[in-house]
Amino acid sequence: MSEAIRLEDAAAARGRHVIWEHVSLTVEQGEFVAVLGSNGAGKSTFLDVVLGLLPLHHGSARILGRAPGDANAEIGYLPQRHNFDASARIRGVDVVRLGLDGARWGVPLPGRPARARKERLREVIALVGAESYAERPIGALSGGEQQRLLIAQALVRRPRLLLLDEPLDSLDLTNQAGVAALVQRICRDEGVAVLLVAHDVNPILGYLDRVVYFAGGTAVAGTPAEVITSETLSRLYGAPVEVLRTGDGRLVVVGVPEPPFVHGSRHAH
Amino acid sequence: MLIDAAFQGLSWNLAHDVRELFAFHFMVNALLAGTAVAVMGGAVGWFMVLRRQAFAGHTLAMIAFPGAAGATLAGLPIAFGYFGACAAGALALAGVSGRHSRESAATGTVQAFALGLGFLFVGLYHGLLNGLQALLFGTFLGIDDGQVRTIVAVVVVALAALAVGARPLLFASVDADVARAAGVPVRLLSFSFLLLLGLAVAATSQITGALLVFALLVTPAATAHRLTSRPLVGLGLSVAIALVVTWLGLALAFFSVYPVGFYVTSLAFAPYVVARSLRR
Repeated sequence: MSEAIRLEDAAAARGRHVIWEHVSLTVEQGEFVAVLGSNGAGKSTFLDVVLGLLPLHHGSARILGRAPGDANAEIGYLPQRHNFDASARIRGVDVVRLGLDGARWGVPLPGRPARARKERLREVIALVGAESYAERPIGALSGGEQQRLLIAQALVRRPRLLLLDEPLDSLDLTNQAGVAALVQRICRDEGVAVLLVAHDVNPILGYLDRVVYFAGGTAVAGTPAEVITSETLSRLYGAPVEVLRTGDGRLVVVGVPEPPFVHGSRHAH
Repeated sequence: MLIDAAFQGLSWNLAHDVRELFAFHFMVNALLAGTAVAVMGGAVGWFMVLRRQAFAGHTLAMIAFPGAAGATLAGLPIAFGYFGACAAGALALAGVSGRHSRESAATGTVQAFALGLGFLFVGLYHGLLNGLQALLFGTFLGIDDGQVRTIVAVVVVALAALAVGARPLLFASVDADVARAAGVPVRLLSFSFLLLLGLAVAATSQITGALLVFALLVTPAATAHRLTSRPLVGLGLSVAIALVVTWLGLALAFFSVYPVGFYVTSLAFAPYVVARSLRR
């Protein structure tokens, strides 16, 4: 049982509008996978399917070997978000702890579980390299520091699958690379499969195992070298698209047709 | 102020003064109700400041006023008026406020109407006119046994509910999106918290008056948030400040001619100013 995600001839629809169809892909344990595509192409819809929030219109999906939704306890999810307000006066470590027992009712009791909880918090904060600022109020931290703590929050319950919806959006280039390197290390060391929704593949290109590219009402999966090519993307978009490689190894996709206006799930809320 | 044959005024003997404080039944009632109110105000206020719902809290206080005046006019127990109006107001606020509760115009409209309604009730009930000041600015006189029982019962139930829901409420308050994804019923909590806030406002109004509710609900909590970003320490600090402020305020009002609301607000304001100047 090493497959984190398996989709077979899957189609997803919102209402009567089919977002994507004929999607078959697998994600292995410990793989770092970027989910790419234009706005409204169905990236967030894909995450909703993985979380079991949106039943498939057609085809089948297995998430960590189970039906979508049944394995959510083993999935860490970081929704797309804005940064914490500067006046948010609660420590970073408290935010991480919310991932551990924030959804539990009742009063936490002291004793062995409390010590184990403390130890796990210390461990996961060290994993994301946030020891030096975890005790400070979250609102006083930089975007990159907040993002690391939120990743720690998503990791704290030892998920086998981690879903990160545009975690790099509000970060500068240095921090984007830093967080990508961190995610890669988590995949390798903890054996966690990571789906990272991204706008731009370049800052994370060097760290990725595979990409899932959504376009033209479907998606293809493969290594970046297989997928991000003129041929594959032209076929996906159904229009001539050119992928250029710049001198420093960056990929530039040219000629992507304007996406037809779909009620963008990205801006729905 | 009440001058009684047994009343001897402030002496330099602390033990004697404290004994004197407890010698009057109305004062024991005020201290009991004040203690319950301070604990609840400190705790609920801490969450209110964290959730930035001070405006909702203020509106509920404005609703408390016509509630109390209306109950008096109708010959009902005054505690019934406070709790009934605030609970109804909380339900109404939950109804008008959307997911981000930024309906400040609608809330403000309700607030103005509530104040007007309160004055109408006071006008209709001529005998209450002297009580107007007490309704708005607080009193420690005339808190009867029934009122104390109601307040203590409400506070105990509310604190138990707060304790049970504290962690999910903290999660939903700090980061609603992630909390929702983790299975926390964010909308239910936001609704329940408004109700809890309504009860806290209703209880606090009965000591501080409708206009000065924030002395116990906001100022101690805001001071605690300034001083610490540890949730448990902050909650404890908020409650502690509210308790000290209430006890001292009641004692000072007892021994002097100035109203309790003045003392409670001033005593709460002092640590806030200190906390602001300590930490930027």
